[in-house]
Amino acid sequence: MQDKKRTWGKFILEVVFLVALFTLVQYFITTGILNRYYQINLTLMGINVILAVSLNLINGFTGQLSLGHAGFMAIGAFASVIMTTMLEYPFIIGIIMAMLAAAVAGFIIGVPTLRLKGDYLAIATLGFGEIIRVVLQNIDYTGGPAGISGIAKMTTWPVLFIAVVVTIVVIVNMINSSYGRAIISVREDEVAAEIMGINTTKYKVLAFVVGAAFAGLAGALYAHYFYIIKPETFNFLKSFDILVMVVLGGLGSTTGAVIAAMFITVLNAFLQEYAAVRMIIYALILIIVMIYRPQGLLGNKELTRKSFDRIWGGKHVSSTNK
Amino acid sequence: MLEFTQQLINGLSLGAIYALIALGYTMVYGIILLINFAHGDIMMVGAYVGFFSISLLGSNIIVAMVFAMVTCALLGVVIEKVAYRPLRNSTRIAALITAIGMSLFLEYVTLYFLTAQQRVYPASAFPLHKYEIAGLVISNKDIFIIVSAVILMIILQYIIKRTKTGKAMRAVSLDQEAAVLMGISVDRIVSITFAIGSALAAAAGVMIGLYYNAINPLMGIIPGLKAFVAAVLGGIGLIPGAMVGGFLMGILETLVSGYWSSMYRDAVAFGVLILILLIKPTGLFGKNTGEKV
Repeated sequence: MQDKKRTWGKFILEVVFLVALFTLVQYFITTGILNRYYQINLTLMGINVILAVSLNLINGFTGQLSLGHAGFMAIGAFASVIMTTMLEYPFIIGIIMAMLAAAVAGFIIGVPTLRLKGDYLAIATLGFGEIIRVVLQNIDYTGGPAGISGIAKMTTWPVLFIAVVVTIVVIVNMINSSYGRAIISVREDEVAAEIMGINTTKYKVLAFVVGAAFAGLAGALYAHYFYIIKPETFNFLKSFDILVMVVLGGLGSTTGAVIAAMFITVLNAFLQEYAAVRMIIYALILIIVMIYRPQGLLGNKELTRKSFDRIWGGKHVSSTNK
Repeated sequence: MLEFTQQLINGLSLGAIYALIALGYTMVYGIILLINFAHGDIMMVGAYVGFFSISLLGSNIIVAMVFAMVTCALLGVVIEKVAYRPLRNSTRIAALITAIGMSLFLEYVTLYFLTAQQRVYPASAFPLHKYEIAGLVISNKDIFIIVSAVILMIILQYIIKRTKTGKAMRAVSLDQEAAVLMGISVDRIVSITFAIGSALAAAAGVMIGLYYNAINPLMGIIPGLKAFVAAVLGGIGLIPGAMVGGFLMGILETLVSGYWSSMYRDAVAFGVLILILLIKPTGLFGKNTGEKV
């Protein structure tokens, strides 16, 4: 009983926190304290958080290195724009179609490639990501290499906020469920997991499809904020961008992915005019993090209230906050 | 038929270049099971060293190639020492991510210092002649590329099959622990492998400069990936496989651009990769090995 009460208390606290955060930012936007420049970066931050958290499900929790995340983002972006701008359905239909299309693509790509191991999988997903881009560049319906422009701006703060929260809640709950334990066991030792009766292929594909669907969501949000989408935007350097966030935050830490995504967005904003310097910094982040802390900054630990207590020398708590 | 033969000839020189790059991939993979993502970028550095030694020092193409090979051999050894050696015993994914980081690092450091501007290989270094034999056109560039690639491959075969170092390389690739017990210094062999692989990539870089006439800091990515596909096609870790795979990829690419659309040639390369991985992941020459627990 006590446990149940505590969970409810925690839940209410979280909801209160989220509502407060939402209202605060909304207030800043309506009063104009957050000007257009900050709003753009806020939107990018939200989109990057979705991308990083969803890629972390594949790379971090399932341990399958995917380098084609930008491809799914592209599919989501184009699918949603076809629905909203060309067929004039409401945005929500566009978002749903984006997620469905990306999930289907994830399934089609995942089933054959997830039989591959480690580095082969990385290259195969990189290849698929590039194939998606090349195919999009050659479809006349979506404007070929020029892409589609004149997309209505529909990604508002409430939409973005709900999308981010839904992504994190779905993925965190998935990881904490029996599915999640199966997924993590695949990462830890695939052969052992298989011997324990886990259908490893099924769980790998599941993680891949869910990750792809949320990348599609990010693509839809991106398309409906920046007015124009081009296939070139979603090349493999974009996939590497997302990988940097996941690696920096910790392979297998959702809070790590969120923090790293926000940090990288801010870094991007500061280094916008120095593209080469930005990429050099990314490269150094990848190399140095891998050499000195291969599990990422947070490793597979999550940042919770308990960890704050520990940092600030509050109540002495046991260290079982995985 | 004539056109087809012409396409084959065009594909041969491109294939020779891919084969040289693929050799480096396959050698490194054979020894430390790492896909050296930065390999294509080492090739790019080689192309630039060749370019500057022709345009600034006024050397001829052969000297430029040798100069590029020596520089890149050193670069390869340094990269291995600094970035890959500390990760020798960590997970494959960690090593792969480091290699991606290294690749980005080389690309953007070059971009930062030399800007994204295309540089045209000086035409004076290699006056173009075209020969016509029985209706087929072949240029002295193609002949130069193919002949020098074949010479380098013969030298490589000699080193691997006939010298003591080559024997040690084969031993390390077969069983690292047993090789250590036989008194082989694995670190030394890995360094030598990186040096040879990077030197071959540098030669390929100079050849790509000749082939496409223009070089830029991001030129290594796509040929690097295609050479990787070539290495997988032939069976990764196998030297003859990389050679055959390279030539096949080059020919396939010219056929796709010639008969279909050059827009699709990159997509086709990846399509080939995915097909091989699904049908015969060990490549054309590979043997199946069971998974060890």
